[in-house]
Amino acid sequence: MTRDAIKDLILEIIEDIDEDADFDSLQSDKPLRDQLDLDSMDFLDIVMELRKRHKLQIPEEDYPELATLDSCVNYLEPLLADA
Amino acid sequence: METQLPRIVITGIGLAAPNADNLKTYREKLLNGVSEITEIDLRYFGRAPAGICSFQETKYRKKKENKRGTRAGCLGVYCANEALADAGLDIDHYKRSRIGVYVGLTEHGTVETENEVYNISQYDYNVDYWTHHHNPRTVLNNPAGEITMNLGITGPHYSIGAACAAGNASLIQGVQMMRLGEVDMALAGGISESTGSFGIFASFQAQGALGSAPDPREACRPFDNSRDGIVVSEGACIYVLERLESALARNAAIYAEIIGYGMNSDARDYVLPFHERQAECMELAMERAGITPDDVDIINTHATGTKQGDIEECKAIQQVFGQSDNTYINNTKSIIGHAMGAAGVLELAGNLPAFQDNMVHPSINCRDLDPECKLKNMVFNEPVTLDSVDIILNNSFGMVGINSVIIVKKYQ
Repeated sequence: MTRDAIKDLILEIIEDIDEDADFDSLQSDKPLRDQLDLDSMDFLDIVMELRKRHKLQIPEEDYPELATLDSCVNYLEPLLADA
Repeated sequence: METQLPRIVITGIGLAAPNADNLKTYREKLLNGVSEITEIDLRYFGRAPAGICSFQETKYRKKKENKRGTRAGCLGVYCANEALADAGLDIDHYKRSRIGVYVGLTEHGTVETENEVYNISQYDYNVDYWTHHHNPRTVLNNPAGEITMNLGITGPHYSIGAACAAGNASLIQGVQMMRLGEVDMALAGGISESTGSFGIFASFQAQGALGSAPDPREACRPFDNSRDGIVVSEGACIYVLERLESALARNAAIYAEIIGYGMNSDARDYVLPFHERQAECMELAMERAGITPDDVDIINTHATGTKQGDIEECKAIQQVFGQSDNTYINNTKSIIGHAMGAAGVLELAGNLPAFQDNMVHPSINCRDLDPECKLKNMVFNEPVTLDSVDIILNNSFGMVGINSVIIVKKYQ
C-alpha cells in the first residue's frame, strides 16, 4: 500500500467514526486527537478497524505511533507493504 | 392523600412512540385509533410485527454520538430534551447537581450483545474483534447516563429494572426522590430498544405469546377472542417532574399531579400474571391517593394481548371497580404495541391530554370481545367524551411478578 493510500485509509476510518470530521485544515504532523476532537474510544475504533480491514494487531505500546497522520503512515507503511 | 408530603407535578413530556414524536400528534393518533405498527425483518428470526419510532435523531446530538451510544440512549436524549423544551425549562433553572435522571428499562444490553456476537461470528468468533464499546453500552445505567452526558446533568442517574412495569416504577422513583428532597427536578420515564433483539421476539414466540396478523396493525388485539400475543415496540417517554410550588413559582403549565402509586410482587410465577396482587396494587395506589374507585375516570389497562394476561387484569379491575359506573377502560397497546420499559409512561402520556379535552381514547382491534375480559365502560374504536376527566389510573405489570400503578389528577 502506498503512503497516500495509507493516508486515505486512516481518513476513511476517521470519517466512518465521525462523518462530520473536517479534514480541510488538518495538519499531518500535528496530533489527530487535538485537531479532530477524537478521544480514546475513537482511537481504539481506529485500531479495531485496522484489525478488521487488514488483520493488523497493533500492540498497545505502539499506539503513540498513531498520533499524527504522518506517524500513522510511517508506522503502517512496512506493515501494509503487501496490502 | 399524603398532604404532608411535597406535591409532585408533571410539567413536561418528551416522547417517541411508533406513531408520533410529540404529544400532540400522539394524542390525535390515539383518539383516531391510528396504528403505525409495521413489519420488520430480524436477524435469524425473520419477519414480525413491531413498532418502530421515527424521530429526528440528530436534533440534540451528533450522529457520531448516536453511533457510539445505544439506540436507547438516542431515544432517551431526544425525549429528555423534548421534555425540557415542553416544560419551558432551561437546564440551568435548577442546579445541575440537583437534577435526577431515572429511567425505567425492561432490559438493556441484549441488543448490543447480540450485535457483538454477530460481529465476531464474522471473524470466526475471535474475541479480539469484540468492541471496546460493549461495556459502556451495556451497563444498566447506560440510557440514563447518556442523557446526563448530553445535558450536563451532574445529579444522580440510574435505571430502574422492573420488567414492563419499569416506566411506572421510574416515575414512582422520581416522585420519591423529589419528596425526600434528594433532587429538585427529575427527568423520569422509560425507554425500550427491544425491537433490535431477535432473542426477545424468539423468546415470546417460544412462549406462544408473539402477536400476529396479516396486517401488522391488527397484530395486537387486547380483549379480543382471537388475540395471540404481544407486539414488541421500541419507544421512550421522559417526564419533567417538579414540586408543585416550584412549578407554580415559574408559572409552568401543569399536565397532572401524581397523587398515588403502588407497587407489589406476585411472588409466584416467572411469566403468569396474577389478578389478586394486581387488584391489591390498584387498591394500594388508591389508598395512598385518598380516593375510591368511583373517583377514577379512566383506567389505562396494561393488557398486552396475551390470552391469560388480559383475563387476569380484567378480573382484577372487575374486583376493584366492578361497582363503579364512572370508570372508563381503555388500552393503548392495541395502537402502539408494547413499548416494554417505556410502556407505562408512554401510555399514561397518551391519556394525560384527557384532562383538557375530556376524551377517553379508544382501544382498537377488538371485534369479538372475550367474555372473560368484559368490563363496564370499555372504550372501543371511537373515543368517548366525558363531562369531566379528573383522575386517571395507569396499570403496568411485568414478568417475574411485578405490578405497578400510578394515579394522576388534573391540577386545577
